[in-house]
Amino acid sequence: MTTTLPARDVRRATRDLRQPVIGGVAAGLARHLGVPVVWVRAAFLVAAVLGGSGVLFYAGLWLVLPADSPFEVEAPGLESASRGGRRPGRIRRLADSGPAIALVALGLGLVLTAEAIFGHGLVFWPLVLAVLGFGLLWRQADEAQRARWLDQSERLNPVRAVFGSGGWAAYLRVGAGVVLVAGSVALFALRNGHVTEVYDVLISAGLGGIGLGITIGPWVWRLTTDLAAERAERVRTQERADLAAHLHDSVLQTLALIQKNAADHATVSRLARSQERDLRSWLFDATPVGDGTLAGALREVVRDVEDSYGVDVELVTVGEAQVDEALAPIVAATREAVTNAAKHAGSGLVDIYAEVGPGQVEVFVRDRGAGFDPDAVPSDRQGVRSSIVDRMARHGGSAEIRSTPGTGTEVRLRLPRHEETA
Amino acid sequence: MNTLTRVLIVDDHAMFRAGVRAELGTSVEVIGEAADVDEAIAAVLAHRPDVVLLDVHLPGGGGAEVMRRLSTAGSADGPKFLALSVSDAAEDVIGTIRSGARGYVTKTITGPELVDAIRRVADGDAVFSPRLAGFVLDAFAGTIEISAVDEDLDRLTEREREVMRLIARGYAYKEVAKELFISIKTVETHMSSVLRKLQLSSRHELTRWASDRRLL
Repeated sequence: MTTTLPARDVRRATRDLRQPVIGGVAAGLARHLGVPVVWVRAAFLVAAVLGGSGVLFYAGLWLVLPADSPFEVEAPGLESASRGGRRPGRIRRLADSGPAIALVALGLGLVLTAEAIFGHGLVFWPLVLAVLGFGLLWRQADEAQRARWLDQSERLNPVRAVFGSGGWAAYLRVGAGVVLVAGSVALFALRNGHVTEVYDVLISAGLGGIGLGITIGPWVWRLTTDLAAERAERVRTQERADLAAHLHDSVLQTLALIQKNAADHATVSRLARSQERDLRSWLFDATPVGDGTLAGALREVVRDVEDSYGVDVELVTVGEAQVDEALAPIVAATREAVTNAAKHAGSGLVDIYAEVGPGQVEVFVRDRGAGFDPDAVPSDRQGVRSSIVDRMARHGGSAEIRSTPGTGTEVRLRLPRHEETA
Repeated sequence: MNTLTRVLIVDDHAMFRAGVRAELGTSVEVIGEAADVDEAIAAVLAHRPDVVLLDVHLPGGGGAEVMRRLSTAGSADGPKFLALSVSDAAEDVIGTIRSGARGYVTKTITGPELVDAIRRVADGDAVFSPRLAGFVLDAFAGTIEISAVDEDLDRLTEREREVMRLIARGYAYKEVAKELFISIKTVETHMSSVLRKLQLSSRHELTRWASDRRLL
């Protein structure tokens, strides 16, 4: 008997770049280890104070760990609109400065503590300046890397490689980094001797840098250019292929069907509706239909009912939950209620509103159709009673049907929810 | 309503502008069209419309950019903005509302509904489609990550929440009023205050909020 082991998912640590304080190392590590991020940050700080190993460890991890999702993936329509500058930009939040201020205060505290303990060390201040300077430059390079090193025409742009997508913050950061590093070198030399030595040190460091640049610069340049061009080409080709495939599968097929059925108004509008929904969700909606979430399941209900009965169904969901066995009944009851509304109400529009709260899930299905008198429904009619009311009651929930002839019907479904992790 | 509401249509698709113009017919006065941010600003300054129908995706930085630049141009008694979008992405919609739009409707809206929405916005009320009401509830519940969350964001009163839920359920304003035993005017007041709370964290509003409390 042979058993094939399932392919194991290797958990790789990445830097968490969503809310980085410095480089996202602590946040990424915390996520990887499954501990609160505060602990990791505290550990780094303690290690930094006790002999500085924390700083080295942090820097080393920053070097080694890859950034998580360097390219954010969004729905194609949204990505295209972002690229073309047609979307509202993110609002900078005031809270952003919070961690930065705390960090500066902490750094100052560390410096003062160190001074109090060690006195005015000979190398201390230059070292602090150098670390800060390199840190700033490094962080800037990191962000620039995220901005893909490329300009709009997909060429490697040296200015962009250094400054990222630009902005005064980037210029300030690079400028401050350079000044700090230069200052630290100058300070170090000053402590050791005379002002003339500062020039010597600065000049020799500069010459060394230029020499290195001339030697390996062209090679690095060529390599990155080739790499970037190749990658851009591949991405472009893939995107074009995806787009072509999707248009072929959806829009072209539908247009062909519409041409064939041009005389049949109902069919044409049904086709157009389903195509519009499909294209819209492909372009603007990142979450797919039927991904195991409540919203996904309800979208599937909407799709089926719209296609079968030729009505518009407007779905609004608040909150989200995974559909498990406990939630399946409310989805089924919703399907039944929407189907009833589509079949009997005679109005062109059905509204669904679903809200996932901490203690319960509620779904409201509403139409503005004919309506009926709930008390006048003969007891032998099983549709509503067994498939909605009884089903909800069996699973510990409730269903209420409010209807007035002439103004429409609303079905209210409620299901208490037990968080297994609570 | 003795004078017609003067409307400017801003959208980068000529076909769509023509369609909206036709749908609106003679119920409102369409005084101009614009295709991008710069044109929109020039047109608003030139024609002084009552209501601007504003697409969310617009060359030059989106509809939010239009509102931002017009508000810094110092027009206190400027036009009202009604966002009109094909995009259902929550961050687009919420972002536009936070920049100062008085309402949001999708491009699948029917002609008469659009006319009604324009009139309501022109009268100073907020217009919430069910979907926007859903986004608002999501945003205040913290499910949608909106880029700026400040302290005031979780302070929807129970009543405002109730109103938003009914709007999300597809109720019309007068049905909401009937359901909650309040007047339509009260419903509109609730909607406006939800909108105000949502917009609070745009810098402009934040400044005003702070100076109202003598914090500046």
